[in-house]
Amino acid sequence: MDARFEFLTRMGDSCLVLSQRVSAWCGHAPVIEEDIAMSNMALDLLGQAQLWLALAGEQEDKGRTADDLAYLRDAWDYRNLLLTERPNGDYGQTLVRQFLFDAWHHLVLDALAGSSDQRIAEIAAKASREVAYHIERSRDLVVRLADGTAESKARIQSALDTLWPYVGEMFADDAVDATLAGQGVAPLPSSLRDGWEAIVTSVLREGGLERPGDDFAQLGGKTGRHSEHLGYILAEMQFLQRTYPGATW
Amino acid sequence: MVGDTHQTTLPNRETVLDWLEEVPDPEIPVISLVDLGIVRDVSAEGDKLVVTVTPTYSGCPATSIINFEIGRALSDHGISEFEIRRQLSPAWRTEWISQKGRAALLEYGIAPPIEGTAACGTGAPKALAVACPRCKSPDTEMISRFGSTPCKASWRCKACLEPFDYFKCI
Repeated sequence: MDARFEFLTRMGDSCLVLSQRVSAWCGHAPVIEEDIAMSNMALDLLGQAQLWLALAGEQEDKGRTADDLAYLRDAWDYRNLLLTERPNGDYGQTLVRQFLFDAWHHLVLDALAGSSDQRIAEIAAKASREVAYHIERSRDLVVRLADGTAESKARIQSALDTLWPYVGEMFADDAVDATLAGQGVAPLPSSLRDGWEAIVTSVLREGGLERPGDDFAQLGGKTGRHSEHLGYILAEMQFLQRTYPGATW
Repeated sequence: MVGDTHQTTLPNRETVLDWLEEVPDPEIPVISLVDLGIVRDVSAEGDKLVVTVTPTYSGCPATSIINFEIGRALSDHGISEFEIRRQLSPAWRTEWISQKGRAALLEYGIAPPIEGTAACGTGAPKALAVACPRCKSPDTEMISRFGSTPCKASWRCKACLEPFDYFKCI
């Protein structure tokens, strides 16, 4: 197994799947400013996915492009975090998922900006500046909704409880992570947990939310064992290539 | 820079930049690609002209059109052999937008970026004092960190009540 290829698809697939999820709000968000924010964030994530997957293709050296990796792999070859494929649910669940992911994403990109692999460092440095705006927005909205009405608070707390089992995967180390950490290419996921807890704890405190007690972590996304949701996401995202193989424009 | 041996076939850097200064950004046509700061270099490699371009945002949908427009400008000036090279690092930043570009944005109704206020992702967001590009009032408020394109945020003027775009600092 090529650890670097695995890692690059993990980064790219998490961005791609979350982008696909978030873009489903386009035309459906509760207010137009949120609709625009969601669409722009989906676009940032899509652009980042393209950069990561293009590099993954080069690393693999079998002639696969970013598009090939996005459209011609099935669920078991996807390496995204399970959190990113969780359903949108209500707006509270979408925002909490975004916040939990953004807090991790910003930390991992900051660490990757110092990667020994210059091309990884370059993508991370660029993406990090974009994601800084994502985390600013999602933490702000989570606090505002948690600190809003009884209804909005209950929904944010419920989203937090529902999504918490998918948090641990962001910080679970495996052999790929150990190899890359040893080469100075990527940080050990577990090394990011303290920084993430600090961000999340401050938001929970500000919003008067309770941290879920059980830290059980659902794992599998990083090795291709996904929930039933990913298949549906890909069926929609890959519809054109499945129906008209090789179609271009 | 163009080497001595190629001066007869390829134009110099300043000439090419003058050409590209005529190419508008496809989404904000009052500003040229050069004033936007995305044309990073013009050089010659053998008989080939190489224009190095850096993308603004990773997912900016204008990227392929920008490359197309650069290619068309070069072709229009008789350049047949050229390459448009993408450069990711150093990542584009709004401080590369020229003074001329900033003035053009303001004139067009987009408040130009206030440098030094890029989101850092941790801690409280920086307080921003953005003047309304129309009535110039400082009494404004942010509606959303995101706007009509990835590079902009949505603001509102509390004096003249008009919404406006702010080109956010990155």
